[in-house]
Amino acid sequence: MNERRILSIVLALSLLMPVLFCGCEGVGEAGAEIGRATGVLTDQEAESVKRSAQAVEKSWQDLTPEQEYYIGRAVAAQVFQSYPPLDRPEANAYLNLLGQSLVAFSDRPETFGGYHFLLLDSDEINAFAAPGGLILVTRGMVRCCQNEDELAAVLAHEICHVEKKHGLSAIKQGRLTSAFTIIASESAKQMGGEELAQLTQEFEGSVGDVVMTLTTSGYSRKQERSADAAAVEVLRRAGYPEGAMITMLQRMDERLGSAGGLGFAKTHPSAQSRIEALGATISTGGASSDAVRQQRFAAAMQPVLAGK
Amino acid sequence: MRIKVLAVLLLAVCATVALAAPMSVQVRNGKLRATPSQLGKVVASVDYGAVVQAGLPQNGWYQVTLANGQTGWLHESALSKKPIAMRAGTGDAATGASSDEVALAGKGFNEQVEAKMRKDGKLDYTWVDRMSKFEVPADQIALFRAQGKLVGGAL
Repeated sequence: MNERRILSIVLALSLLMPVLFCGCEGVGEAGAEIGRATGVLTDQEAESVKRSAQAVEKSWQDLTPEQEYYIGRAVAAQVFQSYPPLDRPEANAYLNLLGQSLVAFSDRPETFGGYHFLLLDSDEINAFAAPGGLILVTRGMVRCCQNEDELAAVLAHEICHVEKKHGLSAIKQGRLTSAFTIIASESAKQMGGEELAQLTQEFEGSVGDVVMTLTTSGYSRKQERSADAAAVEVLRRAGYPEGAMITMLQRMDERLGSAGGLGFAKTHPSAQSRIEALGATISTGGASSDAVRQQRFAAAMQPVLAGK
Repeated sequence: MRIKVLAVLLLAVCATVALAAPMSVQVRNGKLRATPSQLGKVVASVDYGAVVQAGLPQNGWYQVTLANGQTGWLHESALSKKPIAMRAGTGDAATGASSDEVALAGKGFNEQVEAKMRKDGKLDYTWVDRMSKFEVPADQIALFRAQGKLVGGAL
């Protein structure tokens, strides 16, 4: 009896191996079916192998919008540990008006919890997009923007990181495999204390991966370029001059030059290379902000910038 | 003759199935709009996990029929082909589906995990909760666009 049990476990593992090592889709499932058909595995054991195989095959793209939402909330909470929020209701209200007017023109206007925008009390030039749509912009970044159009370019860039789920792609596959395996094994019953603790650990690790990418290591050059290109499209659809993206990058470049490679400079490709990459797709002509836009931008942001 | 009738019937059934397939709302507050546009009027809000009958996608939009018969348009970012597990007593909980996916979808990194993070004192969610409450009414957005001479301003 005991031998049979060991044999079935060995067989189950061996059936899972090809999936573990080459990620061949469906191999584990097929193996489980063979195991079941030949009577080596009981129905329950075959189901378990199948579930594990499915879990191994899952990646960050399989995270549901709800899971993305909870990861994003924790990412934002962790960013706040280093970058405290700026409690200025009027400025934040303006930021959200501007942000929402852009979100509608993105390819992903709806997320589980929606998009929300907040200023950060930091002079570092930076902006962060937590998965699911919590977008954070430092005072230092606002200072780089001379008008609403340029701030719109910053927000559009961050919205596009959310749209393309760039944050989630930073999560290490190993963590997701463990998490999906725990979820799969516990699918039929209420999660116990031990599984919850294990899952929370994988959750913390995943959040850490995203925060590390946002604040320290940065997205890939390719991801930045795709966010820039999509942001230009959002600006165009919304009615903002595309050139605002270029002037914003130029201004940022000037300021970053004196900031000594902190914040954005550390995590982003140089403004010059981003402008060059955009060059072919963008319509010429710099940003010429409308008088009303200019006035409301100044009214909302000048007190914040002058405050410190 | 009989075969022909059967064939026509079969085609009709297939066409109906192709025209309306069940999809699940994968956002907490899905916005049902009168027209396939983000600028379209919101005619209803649809709960997470609700099952709708969706037609074929058109430029990122699905024409859908809700369980109560109301029709409108939902953006593809609000919809999933996979069924979504619901906690008991909410929305269209377990609408006849019993696949592994249903059981798995609601599990994982969820409120249970966040509750544990809070309990363990790992993270302070105060500002996350505050910023999540920043909502901007549609008429304010329309006014903001109109005054700024942007696309989609109210006339």
